[in-house]
Amino acid sequence: MIGGLFIYNHKGEVLISRVYRDDIGRNAVDAFRVNVIHARQQVRSPVTNIARTSFFHVKRSNIWLAAVTKQNVNAAMVFEFLYKMCDVMTAYFGKISEENIKNNFVLIYELLDEILDFGYPQNSETGALKTFITQQGIKGQLQTKEEQSQITSQVTGQIGWRREGIKYRRNELFLDVLESVNLLMSPQGQVLSAHVSGRVVMKSYLSGMPECKFGMNDKIVIDKQGKGGATDDAGKSGKQSIAIDDCTFHQCVRLSKFDSERSISFIPPDGEYELMRYRTTKDIILPFRVIPLVREVGRTKLEVKVVIKSNFKPSLLAQKIEVRIPTPLNTSGVQVICMKGKAKYKASENAIVWKIKRMAGMKESQISAEIELLPTNDKKKWARPPISMNFEVPFAPSGLKVRYLKVFESKLNYSDHDVIKWVRYIGRSGIYETRC
Amino acid sequence: MTDSKYFTTTKKGEIFELKAELNSDKKEKKKEAVKKVIASMTVGKDVSALFPDVVNCMQTDNLELKKLVYLYLMNYAKSQPDMAIMAVNTFVKDCEDPNPLIRALAVRTMGCIRVDKITEYLCEPLRKCLKDEDPYVRKTAAVCVAKLHDINAQLVEDQGFLDTLKDLISDSNPMVVANAVAALSEIAESHPNSNLLDLNPQTINKLLTALNECTEWGQIFILDCLANYTPRDDRESQSICERVTPRLSHANSAVVLSAVKVLMKFMEMLPKDLDYYGTLLKKLAPPLVTLLSAEPELQYVALRNINLIVQRRPEIMKHEMKVFFVKYNDPIYVKLEKLDIMIRLASQANIAQVLAELKEYATEVDVDFVRKAVRAIGRCAIKVEQSAERCVSTLLDLIQTKVNYVVQEAIVVIKDIFRKYPNKYESVIATLCENLDSLDEPEARAAMIWIVGEYAERIDNADELLESFLEGFHDESTQVQLQLLTAIVKLFLKKPTETQELVQQVLSLATQDSDNPDLRDRGYIYWRLLSTDPVAAKEVVLAEKPLISEETDLIEPTLLEELICHIGTLASVYHKPPSAFVEGSRGVQHKRLPGSAGSGESVDSPETTSTAGVSDAPPAVIPSQGDLLGDLLNLDLTPTTAGPPPPAPSSGMQLGGMDLLGGGLDSLMGDESEPLGGDLGGTPAIGAGFGAAPAALPASFSAPVSGGLDDLFDLGGGVGMPMGAYSPPKSVWLPAMKAKGLEISGTFARRAGVIQMEMTLTNKAMSVMTDFAIQFNRNSFGLSPAGPLQVLTPLSPNQSIEVALPLNTSGPVMKMDPLNNLQVAVKNNIDVFYFSCQYPISMLFVEDGKMERQIFLATWKDIPNDNESQFQIKDCHLSSDAASNKLQGSNIFTIAKRTVDGQDMLYQSMKLTNGIWVLAELRIQAGNPNYTISLKCRAAEVSQCVFQSYEAVLKN
Repeated sequence: MIGGLFIYNHKGEVLISRVYRDDIGRNAVDAFRVNVIHARQQVRSPVTNIARTSFFHVKRSNIWLAAVTKQNVNAAMVFEFLYKMCDVMTAYFGKISEENIKNNFVLIYELLDEILDFGYPQNSETGALKTFITQQGIKGQLQTKEEQSQITSQVTGQIGWRREGIKYRRNELFLDVLESVNLLMSPQGQVLSAHVSGRVVMKSYLSGMPECKFGMNDKIVIDKQGKGGATDDAGKSGKQSIAIDDCTFHQCVRLSKFDSERSISFIPPDGEYELMRYRTTKDIILPFRVIPLVREVGRTKLEVKVVIKSNFKPSLLAQKIEVRIPTPLNTSGVQVICMKGKAKYKASENAIVWKIKRMAGMKESQISAEIELLPTNDKKKWARPPISMNFEVPFAPSGLKVRYLKVFESKLNYSDHDVIKWVRYIGRSGIYETRC
Repeated sequence: MTDSKYFTTTKKGEIFELKAELNSDKKEKKKEAVKKVIASMTVGKDVSALFPDVVNCMQTDNLELKKLVYLYLMNYAKSQPDMAIMAVNTFVKDCEDPNPLIRALAVRTMGCIRVDKITEYLCEPLRKCLKDEDPYVRKTAAVCVAKLHDINAQLVEDQGFLDTLKDLISDSNPMVVANAVAALSEIAESHPNSNLLDLNPQTINKLLTALNECTEWGQIFILDCLANYTPRDDRESQSICERVTPRLSHANSAVVLSAVKVLMKFMEMLPKDLDYYGTLLKKLAPPLVTLLSAEPELQYVALRNINLIVQRRPEIMKHEMKVFFVKYNDPIYVKLEKLDIMIRLASQANIAQVLAELKEYATEVDVDFVRKAVRAIGRCAIKVEQSAERCVSTLLDLIQTKVNYVVQEAIVVIKDIFRKYPNKYESVIATLCENLDSLDEPEARAAMIWIVGEYAERIDNADELLESFLEGFHDESTQVQLQLLTAIVKLFLKKPTETQELVQQVLSLATQDSDNPDLRDRGYIYWRLLSTDPVAAKEVVLAEKPLISEETDLIEPTLLEELICHIGTLASVYHKPPSAFVEGSRGVQHKRLPGSAGSGESVDSPETTSTAGVSDAPPAVIPSQGDLLGDLLNLDLTPTTAGPPPPAPSSGMQLGGMDLLGGGLDSLMGDESEPLGGDLGGTPAIGAGFGAAPAALPASFSAPVSGGLDDLFDLGGGVGMPMGAYSPPKSVWLPAMKAKGLEISGTFARRAGVIQMEMTLTNKAMSVMTDFAIQFNRNSFGLSPAGPLQVLTPLSPNQSIEVALPLNTSGPVMKMDPLNNLQVAVKNNIDVFYFSCQYPISMLFVEDGKMERQIFLATWKDIPNDNESQFQIKDCHLSSDAASNKLQGSNIFTIAKRTVDGQDMLYQSMKLTNGIWVLAELRIQAGNPNYTISLKCRAAEVSQCVFQSYEAVLKN
């Protein structure tokens, strides 16, 4: 299991060091600093073995978190734990920075004592931790017996992520469907690969211990219902449903139920959390199409023309559009003409960056540029990196739709109708590239 | 509140100031001071001098302060054990606190203080906490048992904590179950055979129930534990798989990977024609792909594991090529791993896409990545024949870029392509030759030289090219030198007229001016070949080479199986067995996949995990005495030969007396469970004994056989049948894991006065092994091989061969510890391997070891009493005559027998090969299974070994 946990600043100075196992000595702290933080070469692996001791590390801004062990531990678990550790710290004191860590070192030690016992990760849900590890000193002695046992049963219980007795005057929940659409397209407009990775992020402000049920236009569910019920809308549902390649859920979701009935039911944590992640590859709506045209005019000149076409409902608006057209290293000057937005040649980035604030669906825009090149002896041809794009659209490129999110709380008297629900779709570009 | 100020105090005299503050009356000041102490401790300053002052602050009702003091205690208690005792009272008191958080804190902290005296006091509170009404305390106590076990394993056993821990597996709280499982798994790891976890269908069911309810971490503990279980049949296997599959949708990647591990393992037991098997295979791909959208560090872990999974079950990921395409912003370690998997998945169906990608990668910036991409193109050519032509043209394009390392890498892989498709792409040689000057890496130079030599007849200026390399011959690396030597000899054989001078030059460079033995030897071999028989030289040097195989870097199957059992762990990340990087006993036991049911899939070992653990456990090859005895007890009765008897039916069986003999011996040995007749009959030596050729029998086998048979039925009366010299069963000396696939098991035997080392060599690797040789280190009795190791035919994969190596005792002598230790080096075409083994000293007892009575008496008196040692042989049920006969078979001769008060005293002598006499007095009391033996010898150190031999011989 995890033998020790160290946190370093960018210089390699230790900010936190907590050793859990006898086989990890103080020299392990230095070994990591010397061999990884101060190493001349770029890090070649997140797992390093130094003198039969294994170091796992992740970096957050310029802070290094390292877990150390001498045993054959579950490596995936160690990394998951390090990420979780970052989440917990962020939830307690915001950004992970040297200053924040120094300011909260007592708290961090306390947390480390709680969430890692003898190197075994324990309950690390902030919802639960915050009930008994607080920044304003411990109210240990103030707690009544009921409160204490409530805390312990929550920390160890089946619903470790939510405490009892939460009350809101207004029961409200926010659902964000956040997708990132990835594309690699050939110059001829052939899709080489495309996939959407999406997340459903939920903010819940609900009283009591509500039981929730989430439904979306999952093809498997819709088809099943179509079979069971009237067959007339089978054709229709075929279009409206989406095939999900794979999905993963927050630990609050009952996985066995999903496995058998494909229904997503859960008792949500309080506040913000990620309910599910999913991935689709079929029938993706590509919000933009990029048509490149690059022509070499002699040895010292390139003519580039790029057309972008928006491919969604005209009533919707895409935002923060940015097209990045790479230029050769020996570029000496660039003239750009664009119909819409602003375009600039950025020599330091070897690219023409074309920005458009807003663009409606089913529109088209164009940029043309003349690139002057310096003659070089370099025999190596310019590799022509792909043209990449960034944007944000107010729909889900995968076609995912939230069908319902039902809330049941039998003990308190509010019903599903009383809950105010907000749903939002945001589609962003992931790696959205067109080769030219 | 900014605590960061505590990090900045570096002034002198700080310790004194802190001391004062720690003893202050004001609570706030005290707390501040403790914080400063902890901050100093963190940055590595020694604040142990403040120990008493800090411990004084422990008695507080402020929980935050208490936790800080505990933190300090955990760090420094070991350096100040006496002072740490001061804290015990507080701990014990806290363990009774009404607040469960405080009870748990106390027991948690106490377990982290590794001071013996504190540990003693821990037992009582721990016992209570394990049965606490509050689950939070119980789950903490469960882990505490593991802590205590790490400090004092005996104490944990004596106090019965293990049983309490086992009970916690049935606890109502899922987190308590999970922690108990984690603790038990850890403890079980240091007792590989203890069956501590006692996994049976009932416990498995409990675990599977808890799996649905506990935290993500608990799920990992439980899944990892489940993976150690071996289901009884395919139905149980399937039902566990069904209950584990939902975990594949968990957001925590570690849960997913651990579930994959369980499924990959249990799948081995499912018949392949089962519908469920196919369903399961389909279910595995999507979650594995999803892991690739996790954070980069986890992607890396996932990719290393997918690499293993793809090798074991290529069908799972075969349609997922695209997800392994490299993204420009992937960290380099992710890029390199993806590339590896891309090559493994490359097939005719997707090769076009793959090649297009690889070509892109070859123009990236990271040198390592580019090199690997170029190599990958070559491997694609070798793997997918249809693509070879395109690969070659892609490589040529890359060579045109003139980027130095790209060119070199391309040349290395083109050489491999030539080895796979000879006489097909030689048209490119001209292009390669243009780049001769830019090659500065040995591997590339060697590859280029090989190409020139191999195709010398088609390259007009081959001699010039090779000559240009020859100029700096001594500055080249060995690889290049060897290659150059061979290439020039090839050239000479192909164009003898123009190149005579060149070949002489290189031969003299290699043989006279070089001090590298390999190079010199190769030079001489060529020289002699060329000078004696040029035709033969041609046949040897220009022989047709075997084509290289498709997959060159697959993990060796036994290792792969073990790694599959370790999915998700560090072993799967390093692609090494845990024993390669874990110290001590932990995790050294090798895990194996369970055998498949029915479908006849090729799984090497049908052994279950637990038994595999036993038989493979000692990686050191020396059978300790305990093991030896264990083996002897269930040994098939083989009085004269070594090794397990071959199961083949034997002619000996047809002899009428055989079964009777078997039965007689059976009862004689007091081992009734073994049906011995068949085995015995199968033993070649016995067969030979009843047949005509006594060659394989010891010389002492002089008694008439029929007499021996009679005597067996009349054991009470006098003359017994001397049996063959005892030889222990074969044991594994060199496991395949340690020797790149070569496994050696063996034993020693004395046959007809000749000591033999009998070995079984097994090739568990994937390539043919040849060129075996053996050597001994100097040893106590000068044992050395009497001839070379006779392995005439190459050993092909999965083949075994039996070898008997006669030994003599005229080698160099050095005293070993233990005395009968023998260090051996075995060489083959792959590498040299070392192991050590122990031979029974009875092998060294010579046939003329019978002393005259008088001399015996005189010698017995002559040897000082200090040199006498006494031993007990327990549980031996032989009569004195039977014992005497048995011992005689191993050249331990009875000189006289005396009976005093119903006690038989046997006086015996034996002589070692180096002339040392050992005298013995064996006392056997009728009805008492315990013998007493006194040994006298001028070299007293042999006594222990002699005693061991007595014991071994008598008990067989």
